[in-house]
Amino acid sequence: MKKFLAYPVTRALLALVIIVILGTIFNADGAFFDWGTHRDMLRQVSVYGILACGMTLVIITGGIDLSVGSVLGLTSVFFSMLSIHWGWSPWVTIPLSLLLGAGCGMISGGFIARFGLQPFIVTLAMMVFARGMAKYVSGGQKISNYLQKPDGSFENLELPAVFDALDARLLGNNVTVVSVILGLSVAVSYLVLNRHRYGRYLFAIGGNEAAAALSGVPVLRAKLLAYGISGMFAALAGICQAAQEYQGDPEAGTAYELSAIAIVVIGGTSLMGGRGGIMLTLLGTLTIGYLEKILSLNAVGEASRLMLTGAIIVGAVMFQRNRAN
Amino acid sequence: MQENAHVLVETRGVSKSFGPQTVLSGVDFTLRAGEVHLLAGENGAGKSTLIKILAGVYQDYKGTVLLQGAPVRFASPRAAADAGIAVIHQELSLIPAMSVSDNIFLGRERTRLGQVQFGEQAGHCRDLLLRLGLNVDPGVPAGNYPISIQQGIEIAKALAFESRILIMDEPTSSLNQEEVDRLFEVIAGLRAAGCGIIYISHKMEEIYRIADRITVLRDGALAGTAPAGELPQEKLIRWMVGRELAAQAEVKDVRQDGIGIEVEQFTVQDPRGLPRPAVDAVSFQVRRGEVVGLGGLQGSGASELLNGLFGVYGRRATGSVRVAGAAYAPATPRHAIESGLALVTNDRKTTGLVGGMSIARNATLAAFPRYTPWGLVRESQETAAAEAYRTQLNIKCADVSMPVNSLSGGNQQKVVLAKWLDINPCVLLLDEPTRGVDVGAKQEIYGLIRQWTAQGKAVLLVTTEMSELLSLSDRILVMHRGQITAEFARHEATQEKVLAAAMGQSAAGCEAV
Repeated sequence: MKKFLAYPVTRALLALVIIVILGTIFNADGAFFDWGTHRDMLRQVSVYGILACGMTLVIITGGIDLSVGSVLGLTSVFFSMLSIHWGWSPWVTIPLSLLLGAGCGMISGGFIARFGLQPFIVTLAMMVFARGMAKYVSGGQKISNYLQKPDGSFENLELPAVFDALDARLLGNNVTVVSVILGLSVAVSYLVLNRHRYGRYLFAIGGNEAAAALSGVPVLRAKLLAYGISGMFAALAGICQAAQEYQGDPEAGTAYELSAIAIVVIGGTSLMGGRGGIMLTLLGTLTIGYLEKILSLNAVGEASRLMLTGAIIVGAVMFQRNRAN
Repeated sequence: MQENAHVLVETRGVSKSFGPQTVLSGVDFTLRAGEVHLLAGENGAGKSTLIKILAGVYQDYKGTVLLQGAPVRFASPRAAADAGIAVIHQELSLIPAMSVSDNIFLGRERTRLGQVQFGEQAGHCRDLLLRLGLNVDPGVPAGNYPISIQQGIEIAKALAFESRILIMDEPTSSLNQEEVDRLFEVIAGLRAAGCGIIYISHKMEEIYRIADRITVLRDGALAGTAPAGELPQEKLIRWMVGRELAAQAEVKDVRQDGIGIEVEQFTVQDPRGLPRPAVDAVSFQVRRGEVVGLGGLQGSGASELLNGLFGVYGRRATGSVRVAGAAYAPATPRHAIESGLALVTNDRKTTGLVGGMSIARNATLAAFPRYTPWGLVRESQETAAAEAYRTQLNIKCADVSMPVNSLSGGNQQKVVLAKWLDINPCVLLLDEPTRGVDVGAKQEIYGLIRQWTAQGKAVLLVTTEMSELLSLSDRILVMHRGQITAEFARHEATQEKVLAAAMGQSAAGCEAV
């Protein structure tokens, strides 16, 4: 058992199993055994999970990306505006939104890698800046299919099909599209981290940046990539969020970065960098998702829910901490 | 002064294991008052385990520890410190931003009614430092002083607690000759005052200069204890490695088949921004198959020269360089690697290895693009390459997928070398390649260097260990304040001549460069 628990992945798995068992006990009169509950849990946690994928790459380099929540808000506004108000095709608006997110991330990454600034402070600045930009672009209003015209009257625009398509359910109503997108995000992150040259570089940089640079690792490019991917996933999450809410909200994603970080850390990826993985993050995502779901199924009030969540996060991180000594 | 036979601390049959692995078995060890007792052994022989038991870090060991004849078992490092055992670590434990006096009294501030008596502390601190012959201002941040002085401050800290047992773990690893001399004077003073000192070192010259008695550990067991005068070097090494080592390198002919690296008017601006360049317009060349040794005291600029050539300082390093005949301008380490250079840095922990990553992944990091056609990692090729290096360099490990920081120092250094062999470089820049490496691994590394030169690689070697410089180099260049002050052919170099040139004297008999 002790040996079994020596691996972060088994600890993360055990945490998830414990939460699920708790779910079967506090099953809210059998609601927990309904597949729809699990489907909705996945739908609700997918946006956080997508953010956590990018966050994992960044944290493995020893950095942090506080801007993902704001970038989510910015792209949800940007995407809604292009799609609803301007009526552009999703084949254009989705790539443009992803580029916008990746651009935000690469600006942060550029400052961090080129000038050696602290990731915390650079991405904090980007968090403030992107939120401001979301409000500037939207004029502080939610971007929906009700468009206020200059004369004060409202026009009811048609909601583009892409919104419904992204919020649809597949496989006989059993899986939501956003959950599939989460799965794809995990798969892409896995390929980058475990199968691609640059994934190894990210681990090396997080483990010992000086030694990595002296071994010829292109630190600048690798960091640009990590923060760029993080921004791109934030944009993807923003698109999903807009589709789920049928609008682009400039306030969307506020404090989501904290949930994403919590997911990554509960999974067992080290905030010190150099250690972790995307499968851990997937397990962390499910743990957080079930936790929230079980609390809401049992109609725990918001105040108690927040306090319980805080306590459980600390417990999970205690459980997951490195016990090499 | 105490009589010589007075025993301060003693271990009887002390054993310690981590899980199934026994790291120390049945060790008897005594430290008398007024002696420097040298603890020798290869890395992994159990020296640090023994010390950690004495210092209260490990409590679950078998056997007895006797302090002044009475059995004790320290519950914590603090308990050991209170009993008068002080450890001066390889890595200093002073807090750089805090004043010298605050450092010395950290954790045991002299207080009156809860108020720290800073004046009293400073006064007491000054007395202590003067006793050690250190002219240090107690109010200045400890980090402002050079490492050697900081070491003195650590010793003062030990004295402030009236420690009679001092444990020094390779205290000279980052000191220059002058600083070593000063430290040894301090140690002599402590010895005369009746303190017992347990001293760990890998440097032969040092061992015989300072030790009264020598205890050797091998594979966790006691290999023997003897007065230093009765233990000749050959026997000491035999005790340490349990076998005879090959004699020092025989003189070989330099193969003069082409130039490996040619440097002209090479200048490196000081990395800390001081106006005087760290390397000042030096010119030299290293032929293929040749080892050129760069001697010099600390701060001579030799290390900066190597780093500058490797592109660590980017374009702050200027001059004309040709590698294997092709023009080369240092820009980045990556570019240097592509141009056929390899740099073994002088500190494998901070700049050599990614500690938490596996042996295999460290070994393939520099040549990683080769293992990743179209960007995709070929893990099987990686493991195969690592296994090959494990055999070739005799890296002792259970599995190449283990984290590299689980290895002993010598084996870690071999992983560093494997990483650079993997790019098949034309020029090897070696900065203290045997620092913190045990005797056996040292000899193996010397053997590897000879092997590479036989393959026609050019080696530029920086070392502060004189015997290494003299025995490995085909030619020796000596640097002082960023300039090359002397050049010696192998047969004409002596320790005295090199040292004189390193201290800036243009000694008689040295050729102009």
